[in-house]
Amino acid sequence: MRALIENSSPFLIAALLLLLWQLIVPLAKVPQLILPTPLEIIAKIGKSYPLLLADTQVTLLEVLYGFLAAVAAGIPTALCIFYSRVFAKSIYPIMVGLQTIPKVALAPLLVMWFGFGILPKVVISFLIAFFPIVITTVVGLSGLDREMVYLVRSMGASELQTFIKVRLPAALPSIFGGFKVAIALSVVGAVIGEYIAAEQGLGYRQLTANIQFDSALNFAALIFIALCAVATFVAIAALERLFVRQR
Amino acid sequence: MSPIPASTLPLQRAPLPGRPDEARSPRAVSIALEKVTKVYETDAGDDIWALAPIDAVIEAGQFVSIVGPSGCGKSTLLLMIAGLIPVTSGTIRLNGEIVDRPHPQIAVVFQHDLLLQWRRIFDNVLLPIEIKRWGRAQFAKRAEQLLEQVGLAGFANKYPDELSGGMRQRVAICRALVQHPGLLIMDEPFGALDALTREQMNIDLQKLWLTVGNTVVFITHSIEEAIFLSDRVLVMSPRPGRVELDMKIDLPRPRRLSIRSEMRFIGCVETIRQVFERSGILRGE
Repeated sequence: MRALIENSSPFLIAALLLLLWQLIVPLAKVPQLILPTPLEIIAKIGKSYPLLLADTQVTLLEVLYGFLAAVAAGIPTALCIFYSRVFAKSIYPIMVGLQTIPKVALAPLLVMWFGFGILPKVVISFLIAFFPIVITTVVGLSGLDREMVYLVRSMGASELQTFIKVRLPAALPSIFGGFKVAIALSVVGAVIGEYIAAEQGLGYRQLTANIQFDSALNFAALIFIALCAVATFVAIAALERLFVRQR
Repeated sequence: MSPIPASTLPLQRAPLPGRPDEARSPRAVSIALEKVTKVYETDAGDDIWALAPIDAVIEAGQFVSIVGPSGCGKSTLLLMIAGLIPVTSGTIRLNGEIVDRPHPQIAVVFQHDLLLQWRRIFDNVLLPIEIKRWGRAQFAKRAEQLLEQVGLAGFANKYPDELSGGMRQRVAICRALVQHPGLLIMDEPFGALDALTREQMNIDLQKLWLTVGNTVVFITHSIEEAIFLSDRVLVMSPRPGRVELDMKIDLPRPRRLSIRSEMRFIGCVETIRQVFERSGILRGE
């Protein structure tokens, strides 16, 4: 019983806050332009969901492409940093230096280079997700106990066997931690890309809603962005459960 | 008991006490150390002598313990015997072959069990078989037997974090023995366990070893543990490590824990303690 109350309490609190929101807005005579009520937002979603779903599809694609590209480039980069001293001494410091540039600040340039399609958003998404993946992978690979390496070497393990049997599995929790950070950042990257220049997508929908003074639509798009973030995060967590034993 | 100064008797070829020679495993590996040294270079560029030249011969099938103060280079020596780090000078031979990489017949047990958290106990035990590509199916039976011998028959499908420290270390020993090693190298394997568990592990290890009959090199801080388990104890000096005393332990096997209160056992302990006192590791009143 106690567990039931504890588990359901976040939902109860959320429901309570929504109810409060619904009641206070008309009482305080807040104009709909400033703050629409939850019911108005739901009504808006019901009316324009085909539009929102199409936007979601675009945004999700940008997020996924950006994230997958970051994984595809980040893991090999991390391997190079871990296994090559030269790489670690030369390229790695430059990467860390470049990391200080806010990726978002590159967005206007990227639009100029890659146009208004999904490519510049994918690139921003990629850039913003790349670094956390590299760092957490390097940290994970380096975290292996020296004695563990001795142990498998004593069994005659090659470098490749050491990697496959021990180093990679031991690094997986850290790598998945990086994936979770990266996927959340990918969503941020894609939406910001859409703010700069786009013809479709949830960020673009928010902008147009603003121009049309349609706050309910703005909120509706916001909810869909949040849902994108949650859905992708949950997908990564599910993947993690598949590969990493939970305690 | 005859405490023999290492310098006068580096080569010892007496038959083993308590066990007829034919009981030795045909796989058991002999070890010969010739003027083995290890020098580490610090970041500042200074040389640190971890090991003074060491000469020793360990016969196939002997259980030899190395005791010595922390930092005397015993772990270094052991890693070199295992072929995991290079010697600075001198040679180490296993069965006459110079060691320049891990010998296929060795197995190592460290102080930490180093079980893979994501593998079940059974799969942990079979790790060396997988790495050597010997075929899991053929060794499954052996793995089961070993787990049964150490009282873990019902735990094959558990994960390491479901076992206690003592149980996990037992699994680590099974993992080492599954490959029928001719030489078992143990670096303070019971150092992280509580006193009671440790005593039980000593009994269990002796029992296992009597059935396996391979060569064992065993590092410990505990004088009692070394004497209880060994045919021979090498006592090392502080850095740079030398063999200060090479002592045969002629107690009959299987030994019971109660042997530790017998006079001849206490005599051995006293002899080693005196060596430590002479070299200043232990200070009397």
